[in-house]
Amino acid sequence: MINSHRRAFFHVTCRVGLSALMVSFGLRSALSWAAESRPAFESRTLDEVFKALGISHPQQSTDITFKAPEIAENGAVVPLEVESKLPQTRSIILVVEKNPHVMTADFSIPEGTEPFIATRVKVAESSNVHAIVKTDAGAFYATKLVKVTLGGCGG
Amino acid sequence: MADPMRIRAMLIGDLVEVKVLMAHDMETGQRKDVDGNTVPAHYIVSIGATCNGRTVLSAQWGPSIAKNPFLSFRFRHAKKGDKLTVTWTDTGGDTRTDEVAIG
Repeated sequence: MINSHRRAFFHVTCRVGLSALMVSFGLRSALSWAAESRPAFESRTLDEVFKALGISHPQQSTDITFKAPEIAENGAVVPLEVESKLPQTRSIILVVEKNPHVMTADFSIPEGTEPFIATRVKVAESSNVHAIVKTDAGAFYATKLVKVTLGGCGG
Repeated sequence: MADPMRIRAMLIGDLVEVKVLMAHDMETGQRKDVDGNTVPAHYIVSIGATCNGRTVLSAQWGPSIAKNPFLSFRFRHAKKGDKLTVTWTDTGGDTRTDEVAIG
């Protein structure tokens, strides 16, 4: 009992102390993981993601090259690749519309880094997958439908 | 302690191409084990990459990133031999940092 209290106290002290330290070094956003500070990741729909990210009137854009497989035999590992030709691309966001947690990733692209990301995601069932690009001139997106086949026959 | 990341950073022209493979289960919290118990969520929530102290990429992740995550990105203003450092933090507060020299 005493031990668990001490641990809890230690835990809280560490969290608070560490948070203060991170704020002072401006690292809070990069290192914070508490769910309450990441409203976009609580979203259940694409519209909720837009709202949580402060995006209004996103526009579809052909200046986003978005590569995703049309058919994914294994929905657990689906490769995605996003490249933006939009000027001042600040972040690239991936959303898998039919996953329980639709918000998949939010990449910040600093000055000097190419607006390019490749990663692998889970797609629970056939779903639209969105690549959202935030720029100084607003938000843009590109969409691909990924069909997930069940069983190993590729049909 | 989690297994080390595999990081490759190659200078091609004036761009550094980075490929990272992380060892992590990325449990979504949706899956059930053989006894029908829900496997608790445990996944990487944040990633940061720095080169000579300069942030070259940072990201927030949810549970939909695939198990043993793969990440590739490209950045400028670096030369061969510069150090690239990648750090991740997961929902359990575990963290792992690995470093590689740009080749």
